[in-house]
Amino acid sequence: MRVDVDRTKCCGSGMCALTEPQVFDQSEQDGTVVLLCPHPLEELWDSVEECVRLCPSQAISLDGSALLTDRMP
Amino acid sequence: MTRTDLKPVRFPTERTCPFSPPPELTELRDEHPVHRLAYPDGAVGWLVTGHAAARAVLSDPRFSARGEHRRAAVGGGTPEPARPGVFIFMDPPEHTRFRKLFTGEFTVRRTRRIEPEVEKITAGRIAAMREMGPPLDLVREFALPIPSLVICELLGVPYEDHEFFQRHSEIMLDHERAMDEAVESYTLMAEFLSELVRRKRGKPQDDLLSRVAASDLTDIEAAGSAMLMLAAGHETTAKMLGLGTYLLLSNPDQLEMLRNRPELINGAVEEMMRYLSIVQFGLVRGATEDVELEGRLIREGEAVTVALSAANRDPGLFPDPDALDLSRDAGRHLGFGYGVHQCVGQQLARVEMRVAFRQLISAFPGLRLDVAPGEIETTRLASMYGVRRLPVSW
Ligand code: HEM
Ligand code: SF4
Repeated sequence: MRVDVDRTKCCGSGMCALTEPQVFDQSEQDGTVVLLCPHPLEELWDSVEECVRLCPSQAISLDGSALLTDRMP
Repeated sequence: MTRTDLKPVRFPTERTCPFSPPPELTELRDEHPVHRLAYPDGAVGWLVTGHAAARAVLSDPRFSARGEHRRAAVGGGTPEPARPGVFIFMDPPEHTRFRKLFTGEFTVRRTRRIEPEVEKITAGRIAAMREMGPPLDLVREFALPIPSLVICELLGVPYEDHEFFQRHSEIMLDHERAMDEAVESYTLMAEFLSELVRRKRGKPQDDLLSRVAASDLTDIEAAGSAMLMLAAGHETTAKMLGLGTYLLLSNPDQLEMLRNRPELINGAVEEMMRYLSIVQFGLVRGATEDVELEGRLIREGEAVTVALSAANRDPGLFPDPDALDLSRDAGRHLGFGYGVHQCVGQQLARVEMRVAFRQLISAFPGLRLDVAPGEIETTRLASMYGVRRLPVSW
């Protein structure tokens, strides 16, 4: 899995840092996402996917695709 | 794509259960998650009740959050443009300029650092309650003061002005009050905060308001943003603490589970946010161009009301949605909104709710209502739903 973040889209909600702090943090300056680990271990994949669903501004993408639309109800 | 045959409905407000949205509202969601809505001012727009449609509207930049689109679904008032600094009523990039000044103050890490302070404030209220002895009004002694003290601490508002803030923040949001009263409260608050900003600029301290005063915002903008923090952060959290306690006391098995398994608190707070959805008349946006949404055509200029309470009971996302289950995964509730306006204070609100419920539950094992449940009055027509008073004993 490869994780990308787009800080220009990020609104600093903190949902990712709350849900998977091993992969996401937030800048002390403006609260935008800081990617700690672009290639997380497999055991973290589920929670990283949950972060993609939770992100209110679609700022996190996986393997080059912005949305898990097929998995989002 | 149909323009539709749907007859506009009024936003349903008749609850049959104090903790659940009006049945008419959730029935509407099951039939037509996107429906025509008749606003009190005569305009016709849209009522969105499904979770997927709600998320689509709130994350789509074609739906503007600007004040002039924010037509109330219930109650009066004329939509107006944002006052300076009140960025909840702005769109990017104007919105971004303000929001980024605040997001750094509310990160997960920053709020974790505030947690000991929240513990201390909460312990102080518990001690005061013990001293007063039962019965007492939990709203007055616990739910209202905790968020007020926390936000004032954060902003750097002097303690002696806290009561002033509580009073005016409530008047401003109360639909049962006359409009001119609300306007007067707004003016008083704005004047006070402008003065405080000027003082912070002259003598900066280690608080949010001092940092905001040091940014490129004008005094009026800084005061407006500070006002927004207080108005958005005080009454909301207070309503969750009051109504949430009522909910727990009305569901003894769930309360017992939480008492026995305190580690459930984080998830329990999410479930309470989902279940109670205190922003009871939803969030309003305005279409800036024609948009198709789930087969309906929304025309440029039309208002869209997103009913968070109905979306949070969507069975497509939350199995058995009307059951309160503090151990379920309710993480994807929309109680804090969605999209670029999603609550900027949500991490702080989470910390406050976790700490307050945790301490309350462990301090008063015998906590109970001091009146019959039927006698508890809710704020039926205020945009923030909650209890006015919660008489308790232990
Ligand atoms: C349980 C308590 C809370 C609830 C239910 C709540 C709910 C919400 C919701 C639904 C929104 C989105 C509004 C929209 O999209 O139009 C919002 C925005 C906001 N909230 Fe909260 N909130 C809570 C606590 C707080 C706290 C503690 C603070 C600050 C200390 C705060 C400050 C704000 C601000 C400034 C905004 C505007 C954000 C923006 O427009 O970018 N809220 N809140
Ligand atoms: S969840 Fe999305 S918007 Fe929120 S901090 Fe993370 S990347 Fe930014």
